[in-house]
Amino acid sequence: MEIKFNQLWVRDQEEALEFWTKKVGLEVKSDVTMSEMGDFRWLVVGPAGQENGIVLMAIPGEPVMDAATKSDVEELMSKGFAGTIFLTTDDCRASFEELKGRGVEFTSEPEETPYGVDCGFRDPSGNNARLTEVNWKL
Amino acid sequence: MVVSNVSRQLLRARDLADSRYTEPLGVEDMARAASLSRAHFSERFKEAFGVSPHAYLLTRRLERAAAMLRNTDYSVAYICVSVGLSSVGSFTTSFKRAYGVTPTGYRKEHPPAAAQVMVPACITRIYGRPRHRTFREDRPADGS
Repeated sequence: MEIKFNQLWVRDQEEALEFWTKKVGLEVKSDVTMSEMGDFRWLVVGPAGQENGIVLMAIPGEPVMDAATKSDVEELMSKGFAGTIFLTTDDCRASFEELKGRGVEFTSEPEETPYGVDCGFRDPSGNNARLTEVNWKL
Repeated sequence: MVVSNVSRQLLRARDLADSRYTEPLGVEDMARAASLSRAHFSERFKEAFGVSPHAYLLTRRLERAAAMLRNTDYSVAYICVSVGLSSVGSFTTSFKRAYGVTPTGYRKEHPPAAAQVMVPACITRIYGRPRHRTFREDRPADGS
């Protein structure tokens, strides 16, 4: 058994696609809109050369989610509590400079930790992401 | 074994092609990344990696285009631009040369992208619910 995908709620899939591909540098793994499912869009991005990825999922309305639940999820997401993605990189400081140059909003700059060098950013929806240069075997 | 400076420079150029092929990148940009003149760079790149830098970059773009043809419902024109190319005609010609069929033909040879997505049954059921429905229980019990 292995982990294949992780899912993030996003406020707008086009915005999320632009962010995770053009700014963070991931690739589109799958992007299909299914009219038979009310135009549900299956959108997956991930690192080049890897099979696994992140499902960028729009927060649905009725009949999938009632209005109150939708509002709760939107609130959690915009406050950064709906999920976190953990990414690794060979060079945290270089990646930080590169992503910052492309307009990624960082919440913490690279800092030394017991496990390596670590920094954090947010996507436009408010989701957290950690970007870590790991210097020990996980 | 100590990797020569030139090998490291050539690798930098190859890494550039691998990571930024979606941009309007060319052999000149790769040569610049390797800090070599274009002519010298092309010769050394081919010696090191077995293909010309132009072929390497184009292959990277075509591989990516093929993946998008299989896994998305983007138009051929959109895919062409997404992989850093600007002419749909040239893209089609290069693609056919590499894969033996046009991009449209390639897509037809594979199952539709919608048939390959890993959408779990719970999502299919919930998103496939009818949006507008009335059932008898919505009416008052007295039938009014």
